[in-house]
Amino acid sequence: MYETTYHRPGSVAEAASLFSSTGDAAYFSGGHTLLPTMKARLAAPANLIDLRNIPDLKGIQASGDSVTIGAATTHAEVAASNDVAGAIAPLAALAGSIGDPAVRHVGTMGGSVANNDPAADYPAAVLALAGTVHTNKREIAADDYFTGLFSTALEEGEIVTKVAFKVPETSGYAKFRNPASRYPMAGVFVAKHKDGSVRVAVTGAGNDGVFRWNAAEEALSGNFSADALKGLSVDASGIMSDIHGSAPYRAHLVGVMAGRAVANLGTLTMD
Amino acid sequence: MANVTITVNGKSESREVEDRTLLVHFLRDHLGLTGTHVGCDTSQCGACVVHMDGIAVKSCTVLAAAADGAEVVTIEGLADGDELHPMQAAFREHHGLQCGFCTPGMIMTAVDMVQRHGGNLDEKTVRHELEGNYCRCTGYHNIVKAILDASGKMGGVQQAAE
Repeated sequence: MYETTYHRPGSVAEAASLFSSTGDAAYFSGGHTLLPTMKARLAAPANLIDLRNIPDLKGIQASGDSVTIGAATTHAEVAASNDVAGAIAPLAALAGSIGDPAVRHVGTMGGSVANNDPAADYPAAVLALAGTVHTNKREIAADDYFTGLFSTALEEGEIVTKVAFKVPETSGYAKFRNPASRYPMAGVFVAKHKDGSVRVAVTGAGNDGVFRWNAAEEALSGNFSADALKGLSVDASGIMSDIHGSAPYRAHLVGVMAGRAVANLGTLTMD
Repeated sequence: MANVTITVNGKSESREVEDRTLLVHFLRDHLGLTGTHVGCDTSQCGACVVHMDGIAVKSCTVLAAAADGAEVVTIEGLADGDELHPMQAAFREHHGLQCGFCTPGMIMTAVDMVQRHGGNLDEKTVRHELEGNYCRCTGYHNIVKAILDASGKMGGVQQAAE
């Protein structure tokens, strides 16, 4: 790891001000992606701005219509939250399935959403649960937020402060994990919302990161059951192909995971 | 450089270290506490697990500067003098180690696991929660036995250093 200077601001305003005054800086919110990347010398920010100790970025609020999670809330805190589990059980289970116990103690929801790793779990939940990403400057709807591999609508220096997830009528998340890395090779979050709309979000498989599977949404809108998905397939041309699996294989997995999510509502289903 | 003060195994330790210093190197290189190991150095293998403010973390992926002000317990802080912590004793009793490289991280993870689940651990949960700790010798079988045994004996036992 190259040399860097560590900063621990106490407020969002101080963090943003540090970012602009120091020039070459990166925000740090758990660091379980950033530190390994820095060790590999693939990133070398001259300044690290730690967001985890900012009180405004912590905490979980649940109401009948939404669950709002502060960006610096750890995966373990989300997984253990009765408020989250009571409102959107698959979201709590998703948080409890990331990495391993020690990773979940440090990694944060905001860090995951800001990084937008194509194999991360949270982006699928944000997209399927019609989330709103709150930043220190504005609110961004999930459909406008994820813009590609490791890329988001966030501007330089903009900080994710919290994410509001819409409480659905019912939802489910199913993923097939890479047997070695345990990252999803295909993860599908399905949500039927209270207004009747259906959202199906796919992570781990897309060439451009998380995406909505529109054909599945249409099929499920007419008949919200796993049967409605039979015969549907994702176009493999937009699907990732690598040593772990070909595009047609992953495309097939997407269909299977969507079916499992719908067949096991209210839970996380994984291998 | 960062002035870092961390309470390690009950003792306040202050050092001036480079900002990029990892917690595991603070423990090993600056304090001489070499029980905490560096295995993969990529937050996968779990050989570096310590407790920070009461919860298990991978110290190869925590900056020492970010742990400033924290309370850290390492494998060296578990035993009470010559008396092994119940988890250490169970690993010895059940032959939960062969080469021993992963053992400090295994034990710190196991203690954290019991603290979170209390006496409600079963074999499936133990195996699942060991997802972030690799052992290349034992096949995990005796590690799981040791953790289940110790979880029964640990009820109410606090860590010696806390």
